[in-house]
Amino acid sequence: MTGTITMQHGSGGSATGELIREVFAETFQSEVINQMEDAAVVEGCANIAITTDSFVVTPLIYSGGDIGRLAVCGTVNDLLSRGATPKYLTCGFILEEGTPIATLKTIVRSMAETAREAGVKLVAGDTKVIEGSSRNGDKQSKDGANAINAGGITDGGIYINTAGVGFLTGNFKNNPASAGIISAKNARPGDKIIVTGNLGDHHAALLAARMEIETDIKSDNAPLCEIVEAIRDLEVHTIRDITRGGLATVLKELAETADQTFVIESEKIPVDEKVQDFCGILGLDPLYMGNEGKMAVIVAEKDAEKALANIKKAKYGENAKIIGEVTEPKSEADRGALYEKTAIGGLRSLSVLQGEGLPRIC
Amino acid sequence: MTIEEIKDFLKTYDGEEIRLMEVCGSHTEAIAKNGIPAMLSPKIRLLSGPGCPVCVTPSAYIDRLIELAKEPDTVVATFGDLIRVPGSRESLSEAKGSGANVAMVYSPLDVLPLAKEHPETIYIFAAVGFETTTPVYACLLEQLEAEEIENVRLLTALKTMPAVIGYMLENGAKIDGFLAPGHVSVVTGSEIFKPLAEKNNIPFCVAGFQGNELLVALYDLVKNQHQGVVKNDYPAVVTERGNEKANELINHYFEPSDAVWRGIGNVKNSGRLLKGAYQKYDAGSRGLDDDAKINAACICDQVLMGKKKPPECPLFGKVCKPLSPQGACMVSTEGSCFSYFANGRCDK
Repeated sequence: MTGTITMQHGSGGSATGELIREVFAETFQSEVINQMEDAAVVEGCANIAITTDSFVVTPLIYSGGDIGRLAVCGTVNDLLSRGATPKYLTCGFILEEGTPIATLKTIVRSMAETAREAGVKLVAGDTKVIEGSSRNGDKQSKDGANAINAGGITDGGIYINTAGVGFLTGNFKNNPASAGIISAKNARPGDKIIVTGNLGDHHAALLAARMEIETDIKSDNAPLCEIVEAIRDLEVHTIRDITRGGLATVLKELAETADQTFVIESEKIPVDEKVQDFCGILGLDPLYMGNEGKMAVIVAEKDAEKALANIKKAKYGENAKIIGEVTEPKSEADRGALYEKTAIGGLRSLSVLQGEGLPRIC
Repeated sequence: MTIEEIKDFLKTYDGEEIRLMEVCGSHTEAIAKNGIPAMLSPKIRLLSGPGCPVCVTPSAYIDRLIELAKEPDTVVATFGDLIRVPGSRESLSEAKGSGANVAMVYSPLDVLPLAKEHPETIYIFAAVGFETTTPVYACLLEQLEAEEIENVRLLTALKTMPAVIGYMLENGAKIDGFLAPGHVSVVTGSEIFKPLAEKNNIPFCVAGFQGNELLVALYDLVKNQHQGVVKNDYPAVVTERGNEKANELINHYFEPSDAVWRGIGNVKNSGRLLKGAYQKYDAGSRGLDDDAKINAACICDQVLMGKKKPPECPLFGKVCKPLSPQGACMVSTEGSCFSYFANGRCDK
């Protein structure tokens, strides 16, 4: 199947059937999808984790990844953040007419590969077609007005929603704090804060693409199953996917939820040198930049070194670092506060990201 | 003296109370990022002056941009920070939501390809900034001339140092020393601050943007109290006389003018306007002098003058936050109020 997406592909008729068979079913190779039922029936367990996420990133294909890989990783990592083992995904596609079938195929193939890597099955899907707006554009977007990003890149045309189900059987049994449930509210004084790798790569890769800056920075989008698998036997209290808003936003929210004080040290925060330079030039702060393959893990002090060693051995965890700790609030102002000890010995308090960040990075 | 000794000196200083002001938005940001206020003795107070170009842009200028953005076949191109600055009725961002044509760009030169591709559309660049940004506007004008591009205009609100510092000192601001702006000084040269230092008998110190560079400059300011000296602590890039080529380029297209600073007022010889024949590129920048407060309780004017700190404002952190700025200082990441709010400039 070649050419571009037309309104017919959303008709529900033969063109839709052809699209589903030749692009999706053929690539996903799922027995459940091939049954072409209205809903998938799959094996279950007692406790499940459920989540959903939509993906609207531009450009669709970027250095180190694409919207398809992102759509799998985003949802898989959300499930992992509750300590679940990701099992099933559904995917909904919204396609603009004019989208080349070849582009769609590349993205669907990438989804299938990433799902295999993550050990999840794509079991149900849906496709809708809409009039093209970002690709063909009205006058306003063509002449640069209302183009939110630099260079007026309006390369859209494919939007994906994925929903995911994960199983919670036998997870994190060594976590007496929460009877095996990983939760944002479980952090307690003495816990260590681990970041699983370098910050800001995804954000910098996308920004570079949009600004047409040549760099070899690559997005970090990745499914982090091995990392979570590697710490299942340890006393882990909280896991959080560090996406939009960056590490500072995530840790500030966790500190507030747990009602504790979090202290991190700027010199320990892992940032790739190229990303650091890129941020320096553009006045960006890696602490507030989005990632798509990084987690913050809060673990009991006694297991912290072991957790770090295990994470560093896992796929995508080689640059993990212990960056700080959870402390007892000493005053009312310390409750829910996130402090950063700076390299020169100063102290600053960090808030969540203010303002917009970068639009449509995921 | 080692940097550790300097840190110790600044932490344990116990002389007369000293009020030091930075007049550069990037210094404001760097001071917060490095957590410097927590490293200083309570006797050393840091104040943020009018160094953020977005924060000192009067409301009449924003209103004029919005008016232009609503005209047919016209697009206003701007740096991101400016779109949230409140005008007298609304901000560019709000106007955009109701159909005004606004494009966010990273460089003034980004309008060139757009203008060439759409000759029927007029592009207005919102040209705000200090000596650091003005040469880039001059480069844009050079390109417009060379390529005979007719559909680009500038709406200017250009500011210059150091007249506003003199104005503040003459109008009740009590400041014992200035961190002179690092980037501006690259263009102007450090000697430009000498007359003010001598006249007021206070030290000026040109500072870099790394944490330790700022500490050294603060130490020099404390050590040189009551002395009308200019110290250049950023000698790697700042010279006494500045960048002559950049100044030539600026002076080719622009002439000195009086300028209205938001919250401060009209300051003689503190801005620039397009000059002579180049006024054909001007989208109506002259006479945009009205400066309305959108909230009568806002104390941005006193914050910019160093008379009050952001947390002393009754609106601060309550109705005035980065997502709902009541005054311009809460808009840009370089604004004093934003810096206090978001980067936790939590000095005692």
